[in-house]
Amino acid sequence: MIPQRFEYSAPKTLDEALGLLAEGAKPLAGGMSLIPMMKLRLAAPEHLVDLGRIKDLSYIREQGGSIHIGATATHHDVESSALLRGKCPLLAETASHIGDVQVRNMGTIGGSVAHADPSADYPAALQALEAKLVLKGVKSERTVSAEEFFVDTFTTALEPGEIVREVIVPVDGDGTGTSYQKVLQPASGFAIVGIAARVRKSGEKITLVRIGVTGLANRAFRATAAEKSLEGKTGSAAEVQAAAAVVAQGVEANSDLHASADYRKHLAVVYAVKALNAALSRIA
Amino acid sequence: MNESITVTINGTAYTHDVEPRLLLIHYLREVVGLTGPHIGCETSLCGACTVELNGKAVKSCSMFAIQANGAKILTVEGMAADGKLHKIQEAFWNEHGLQCGFCTPGMIMVTKQILERNPNPNEQEIRHGLDGNLCRCTGYQHIVNAVKAAARAAGA
Repeated sequence: MIPQRFEYSAPKTLDEALGLLAEGAKPLAGGMSLIPMMKLRLAAPEHLVDLGRIKDLSYIREQGGSIHIGATATHHDVESSALLRGKCPLLAETASHIGDVQVRNMGTIGGSVAHADPSADYPAALQALEAKLVLKGVKSERTVSAEEFFVDTFTTALEPGEIVREVIVPVDGDGTGTSYQKVLQPASGFAIVGIAARVRKSGEKITLVRIGVTGLANRAFRATAAEKSLEGKTGSAAEVQAAAAVVAQGVEANSDLHASADYRKHLAVVYAVKALNAALSRIA
Repeated sequence: MNESITVTINGTAYTHDVEPRLLLIHYLREVVGLTGPHIGCETSLCGACTVELNGKAVKSCSMFAIQANGAKILTVEGMAADGKLHKIQEAFWNEHGLQCGFCTPGMIMVTKQILERNPNPNEQEIRHGLDGNLCRCTGYQHIVNAVKAAARAAGA
């Protein structure tokens, strides 16, 4: 399995990389999706720009009440970051579910989200966290929400020549509990269904619920009807069940040899209960 | 167009002209002649091609040799020192952590990573760590035992 010939550049600065991308080159981050696709010749870029040598693009830092994650931070960087584990544990937990040790050592958050696999893990968490993504081109920089970013299967709001420069997630303060629960496809490790739940309480009352769903549909999405159903409640078993029951309502579910659309919808309900209960139990 | 790369493999520096599309596993096996890392699935699922790149376990079938330019690489051939097996290799031997041996180089390299990050893993952590390595003899129980034994040996 040998990819088609290509030209390779490994610029040291982001500006240099963006210049090449503006001329039609394709970015290579960790390569965990792109290289297998190139080997199968599903992708055959003529010019690859390796982002791996760009200095200071793999940071994870707190800034103005949010955590900023550079494009080339690996999944291992995210899962092992003390800052994220302490202040945005949902993202670290989700990263620990991606692929395997070796894939997490190479794969990057920017590459994964730009690839927009409908069964990828990050998008569920990014939806639940209402994350923002900074998209950068040679002459432009704009910030979009996760909701705007994930457009369709393998399709994002990125324009030609743009890359995901960084991902911004909120610091989750006291009173918030989160959890990512996933049914995985055992061979590939991708999510058949993955649910990211984020719940905040003030006293006994739930004041915020965010539910991100991946694997179920053409794109990761927020289950807003389920969120609304739980807001203002206490989080009893019956209330959680009622909220989870509408997670897949009205969704045109994916169907493949691993899981039919109906089975996926059923799994979404079951795993929403799990994720919501785990999130509620983690509220400090 | 070929490009020149320099990599340090098991302590020895090598410089070669490579095509950008040359995969690291093909470089190691066919250019350098290190056939310890194996080609199993070639789709980044089986882990038989695992090597250490700048201290991180990676699947060498899923990266280009040119991405490793300037890197330090350790393959299973570099584990033994002065004619003595590495403690992880000893543990795999003692615990019968291999049957046909095809997956073993990858298992050993990923075990090194698992134990460096978590010197005393429990069984669940070991199995989670071995997630990216397949043994088609299905000898997982002995492999898990070998990782436990290697952890004990390292702590001793």
